[in-house]
Amino acid sequence: MDAATIVRSVRLPRQPLLRHLPVALVAGAVLYVVTLRLSSYNVYQVGEIAAYIVALVGLSLLTGANGQISLGHGAFMAVGAYTMALLMNHTQSNFILELAAAAGVAAAAGLVLGLPATRLKGPYLAGMTLLFALAVPSVADKWPATFGGDQGLTTTVPTAPGSLSAEEWLTQIQIAVALVVMVLVANLLWSRFGRAFRAVRDDEIAASLAGIHVARTKVMAFAISAGCAGLGGALLSLSTGVVNTGEFPLTLSIQLLAAMVLGGTGTLIGMVWGGILLVYMPQWSTSLSSDFNLGAGANAYLATIIFGLVLIVAMIAAPNGIQGGLRWLWGHRPRPGGGGTAVPVPAPTVD
Amino acid sequence: MRSRTARRIGAGLWARALVAGSLGLVLGVTLLPATADAASTPGVTSSSITIGATVPLTGPAAPGYDEIAPAMNAVFSYVNAHGGVYGRKINYQYLDDGYNPANTATLTRKLVLQNNIFADVGSLGTPTQSAVQGFLNAQKVPQLFIESGCNCWSNPKYPQSYGWQPPYTVDGKILGAYIKANFAGKKIGYLSQADEFGQDVVKGLDMQIPKASVVSRQTYDAATLAGPLSNQMAALKAAGAQVVVLATIPAATALAMLPAAVIGYFPQYVVDSVGADSPTVGPLLSSFAQKGGGTPAQVAAASGLLNGVITTAYFAPESDTANPWVQAEKNILQQYAPSLYAKSGLDGNTQYGVALAYTFVQALQKAGKNLTRQSLLNAINTSGRKFVTPGFVPLAYSSSVHFGFLGEEVVKLQSSAPPAVTPTGSWIGGVAVGPVQVTNAGPGPIKKYTGPTSVPPKNLSSSSSG
Repeated sequence: MDAATIVRSVRLPRQPLLRHLPVALVAGAVLYVVTLRLSSYNVYQVGEIAAYIVALVGLSLLTGANGQISLGHGAFMAVGAYTMALLMNHTQSNFILELAAAAGVAAAAGLVLGLPATRLKGPYLAGMTLLFALAVPSVADKWPATFGGDQGLTTTVPTAPGSLSAEEWLTQIQIAVALVVMVLVANLLWSRFGRAFRAVRDDEIAASLAGIHVARTKVMAFAISAGCAGLGGALLSLSTGVVNTGEFPLTLSIQLLAAMVLGGTGTLIGMVWGGILLVYMPQWSTSLSSDFNLGAGANAYLATIIFGLVLIVAMIAAPNGIQGGLRWLWGHRPRPGGGGTAVPVPAPTVD
Repeated sequence: MRSRTARRIGAGLWARALVAGSLGLVLGVTLLPATADAASTPGVTSSSITIGATVPLTGPAAPGYDEIAPAMNAVFSYVNAHGGVYGRKINYQYLDDGYNPANTATLTRKLVLQNNIFADVGSLGTPTQSAVQGFLNAQKVPQLFIESGCNCWSNPKYPQSYGWQPPYTVDGKILGAYIKANFAGKKIGYLSQADEFGQDVVKGLDMQIPKASVVSRQTYDAATLAGPLSNQMAALKAAGAQVVVLATIPAATALAMLPAAVIGYFPQYVVDSVGADSPTVGPLLSSFAQKGGGTPAQVAAASGLLNGVITTAYFAPESDTANPWVQAEKNILQQYAPSLYAKSGLDGNTQYGVALAYTFVQALQKAGKNLTRQSLLNAINTSGRKFVTPGFVPLAYSSSVHFGFLGEEVVKLQSSAPPAVTPTGSWIGGVAVGPVQVTNAGPGPIKKYTGPTSVPPKNLSSSSSG
């Protein structure tokens, strides 16, 4: 029995929690072993990827399932990170509570920002969230006594148990949180709330005729999405060891959006690709630039240029992103019983 | 029926992708080469010393600051060409963090955990280096000569961290004392960057200048600095400020002076040294004036706004061509970084890089043949005050003080003939208007410095022949 047959023979139960939990547990166990084998630096990067995935999952839920756009998710990440750091510096609270508070405060900010969002669409919504992305760093700059100004606030990772290194322990925390968030969001999207999100995305009038409270659904999607971003921001600031305004520039919000589209808007697994892109793209572009000796001038915006170009190509060639492309390939794989039977490619829904 | 099938296949993929992906990862991991055992001191072999830094080579902070690391590397190339330090060649790896602390955090871990650097030397920026101060100290990696005037580098909590340039509060104190002594009775106004740089300068100013004589305090946000600071300058004019102190980055200096000139406001400017490097600010004034639609005559006159500006200097400016340090700096850059010299010549940034790198080389020499991280720090703590540098005052290092230069001279920028060392056409040089003074980053007194100024060793100044 080859690996492909084993993979094919996997059949999952239909009950959402029973479906998603075992998968998450297997992934968690595998990644746990992986973090013990990788070099410290690679482990650290896996942790960063996990942190970005949490934020991207939130964005994917908002845009993919609910059809709203946000250029302010970098700022929600900042809100979460500052919340956690403030609690760490001023209280003796529990680490899990601090993470929960990061998600909670960011979700509350999302709720407030989501209220006007119910009346705004497309470019107007993008504009409003863009304003938020610009405003948050300025607020932190205005009150340096509270937010630490340029230096920012330090974040501390709980002491690693046993013989684990600091990097391994942090990365395991980040992976665990990412898996929990993915399971929760997968379940949510499988539930009636997920169906309501999609119904509102597809046709607001039809949704309201079906008894769905459109405004409430949109605000809820915004709040949950912002909460995920806040949690992702908190996890990311654990990697950097500090929260300051330079860490969450406007370009972060835009790169999040691009990474989501490239990964596969609306999918959850696609956000893994998105996270990998966010961490590795700057490195690839720098080495590309130095390989071709393009000089600092070209290097300056190469990552952004490549992101933009890839995004344009992806929108034309593979609008469903990397994950959509993989699904298409899977749908067209050669079957043992003869030839590539065309299986209908599922629409880009969350599952 | 059809749609149900489709959904099940799509859903199954969720699982299969994870399983397959995990399998792939495991396979990849088992194939990874085993990491080699680290030598007793990371980054040090019998023939090499590997050090690293993160600096802005791209992005908004890059113009000017991207010259510093290549200028440092010129010194290391010079040292390597002369046999290295105890036979060890210096390998300097500087990476571009684009002035984004998140990048700094990642790249610094790459340098430490993957590239195994001995020390982090000459990394730039307050937000960026604050992000890795905890990590570098926890890893016991020296964080040397950080390119920032933050007061935060001299902190007993972080024994591995060392500043180099004067703290911004020292700038403020020395400028404040000059204003108090020379512009008594005049109305003073501030324009400062709304972050710690600006606040620290203002803190120093306020220690010296009586509160009552400050008629207006304006700020600007560096993150959103995009156009002329017209409102702030109009407010300063309306308040009747006769002396305006700018705690600004170079671009903001230009964006403050130009709109003021447009409304016919020409106060006595006092500019923190961060935003007063004339080879950097002069061209900015001209180009902003041009972009703003100025007439050719206005554009030509724009860089003249720097004439008469009061600022501070802690080493001889490039216009002082008779200074042996300036000649040595020129020699090294010309020979070991010819493309950088052709582009930037000798300016505040390239001079800074050469002087900083030379400080590090002396620390290596003093640390001796059996180089460890601790022996390096011991060398700085005990002998740092005796290192020869272009600084007007000796370095202040000790086990408790991790600041470099704590003394400066007040200078007035005046037009002069283009200095021969700078091909970029700088024509405004600094002329001392007061004695060299020393103080500390706290409320301590300002004293006149009477000690000697060091001269470069012979081999350094004659590098072009050797």
